[in-house]
Amino acid sequence: MSGGVDSAVAAARAVEAGHDVTGVHLALARNPQTYRTGARGCCTLEDSRDARRAADVIGIPFYVWDMADRFHEDVVDDFVAEYAAGRTPNPCLRCNEKIKFAAVLDRAVALGFDAVVTGHHARLGADGLLRRSVDLAKDQSYVLAVLTRAQLDRSIFPLGDSTKAEVRAEAARRGLAVADKPDSHDICFIADGDTRGFLAQRLGEAPGDVVDAVSGAVVGSHSGAYAYTVGQRRGLHLDRPAPDGRPRYVLSITPKTNTVTVGPAEALEVAEVHATRPVWTGGERPTAPVECQVQLRAHGDVVPATVEVTADGLAAELRRPVRGVAAGQAIVAYRPDPAGDVVLGSATITG
Amino acid sequence: MAYLDHAATTPMLDEALEAYVATAREVGNASSLHAAGRRARRRVEESRERVAAVLGARPSEVIFTGGGTESDNLAVKGIFWARRAAHPQRVRVVSSAVEHHAVLDAVDWLAGQEGAEVGWLPVDAAGRLDPERLRVELAAHGDRVALVTAMWANNEVGTVQPVAELAAVAAAHGVPFHTDAIQAVGQVPVDFAASGVAALTVTGHKLGGPTGVGALLLARDVAATPLLHGGGQERDVRSGTLDTAGIVAFAVAVEAAVKGQQEYAARVAALRDELVERVRRAVPEVVFNGDPVDRLPGNAHFSFPGCEGDALLLLLDAQGIACSTGSACSAGVAQPSHVLLAMGADDDRARSSLRFTLGHTSTRADVDALIAALPAAVDRARRAASLRTPR
Repeated sequence: MSGGVDSAVAAARAVEAGHDVTGVHLALARNPQTYRTGARGCCTLEDSRDARRAADVIGIPFYVWDMADRFHEDVVDDFVAEYAAGRTPNPCLRCNEKIKFAAVLDRAVALGFDAVVTGHHARLGADGLLRRSVDLAKDQSYVLAVLTRAQLDRSIFPLGDSTKAEVRAEAARRGLAVADKPDSHDICFIADGDTRGFLAQRLGEAPGDVVDAVSGAVVGSHSGAYAYTVGQRRGLHLDRPAPDGRPRYVLSITPKTNTVTVGPAEALEVAEVHATRPVWTGGERPTAPVECQVQLRAHGDVVPATVEVTADGLAAELRRPVRGVAAGQAIVAYRPDPAGDVVLGSATITG
Repeated sequence: MAYLDHAATTPMLDEALEAYVATAREVGNASSLHAAGRRARRRVEESRERVAAVLGARPSEVIFTGGGTESDNLAVKGIFWARRAAHPQRVRVVSSAVEHHAVLDAVDWLAGQEGAEVGWLPVDAAGRLDPERLRVELAAHGDRVALVTAMWANNEVGTVQPVAELAAVAAAHGVPFHTDAIQAVGQVPVDFAASGVAALTVTGHKLGGPTGVGALLLARDVAATPLLHGGGQERDVRSGTLDTAGIVAFAVAVEAAVKGQQEYAARVAALRDELVERVRRAVPEVVFNGDPVDRLPGNAHFSFPGCEGDALLLLLDAQGIACSTGSACSAGVAQPSHVLLAMGADDDRARSSLRFTLGHTSTRADVDALIAALPAAVDRARRAASLRTPR
């Protein structure tokens, strides 16, 4: 229970469904800030108190579990290392994979609990298939697609059939004070939202060149390649405009030479995506090419594609090219379904 | 429910509750001059006399406060300030490594904000202070010490300190000695004058009185600078409208607890010994913490090797058994107990601890319930703890 409205309502629904529920708040920060500022961050002491109050109203026991060390190793350090390697990680996905549905779930099972209930917006029904939420704007199936069959089998997502607006209304009806608490955005462990500053603090300054992909010329400099993401346009501070006067985008990051390569928007277009560490939860691991839809980043567009299993993961041939595909993000394959698009599988994009 | 957390708070005694309700129905501010005020004043002063009589103090030495934390803060900060004002070189506070946070953090605050030096007295493996260490400390720094503060009995592991000996050492150096006796009053014999201490903290809700009312017994010749300024009630040391009903109920509870102490201690210690014996049989590898002899009658404190105390607490809570890890939380996250660490325990043993405390309503059925639930809880907590080892 994060202290937000979703997990509070999820807990209340789990109780109503007849489960014997215990509320758990994760202490993830080594030095929790006392108050949130705006909608940024989470895991503050105020959030912990909000979660405890919600548990009191629902009438369930409530405990704080200290997962700060695990979170730091598996999520924060991984986040920094991924950027240092020129990739763009998704820490929420990593937290689901390593903390919420691993460290927390394992501890819970050892203590005698059967499953972890969360307030994620996704559907997981009796058929065991993970589907998008009815609220497509709030759907979180993308950051849950990394979960394995074993993890999903011990997961309950009570909110998948409701929109966020319905969840808020229900919270108000249940007398939960978090009903109108603002949604949390951004990365919870970067409270001020300054990802570049956060990375600079940990990785230090590492000046290098910004190179134009077309001419091969050095068109600018940077103080750390890790601060750039494929598809980025703003904040490049280029010395020379492109010959055609059109904007340039980050095409790739090369940690070996500490180079950021930029070029025109068309050069960003990708029609083939390779990925590693696949997880198949929508059925058996495919043996033939699968026609499906893929999503390449959180809240990203969905593109029709043919997905094929390869030696080291999967390859997706996109029906139309997509811009800004970043290594380190997940590719999630969905099968369109009137009862909610089904997650077939997921893997980490390599290129 | 099996309530095994009486050291956290214990149910109010019927007579204290009745006295509270009866008094709370009456109007009157004890500082008012009219008849209603005089009636309230009389109740407060009678209560003061009752508390003084059973605790070996003079009525004028009883300062009613808002509870134990306030009394501790008033004693530690108030005596420090007053002594330093009179003798600018007296800037050292001597305390023990096993104090409750109400003393520990007050001393730390003086060190951080007021430039106080601190001499921390160590404890042995049973959590016991050695008067000889205090003698050495005061021989070295006696002329710089503002006060010594050491608890009468430890709230976590139940060890009872040699308070009279410690107070005698302090008195020999002319240094006032404060003791936090919150866990001691009603559990072991406590006599303010006979113990030789200069100040003593007692609170209501640990002995069958209401929460939010307590007292600092402060010897007449010991000055303390107030924390709370205002109307000057309570010897000009503590301002604030007197909580007449709370004070009356507090006095009733103190009197009952002290008068019944011997009989209570014999009954509860026997039940506690049974609990300890049965826990040892159920979980043979358990470690019993604290002084085996000089300890509070209701206290049983264990380390469960290979378990985390907070996991055990969760599992026992789910079975209707209320106990405590005994240590403070930081943002709800259990910290390894500073008391066990001071006793030489390592981090794992400190985190594996659980405190069961009996009180005036405890019965054998409470112990039965604990023993029925404990083995399965220990098994599960052990499985959960084994996940913590590096992957």
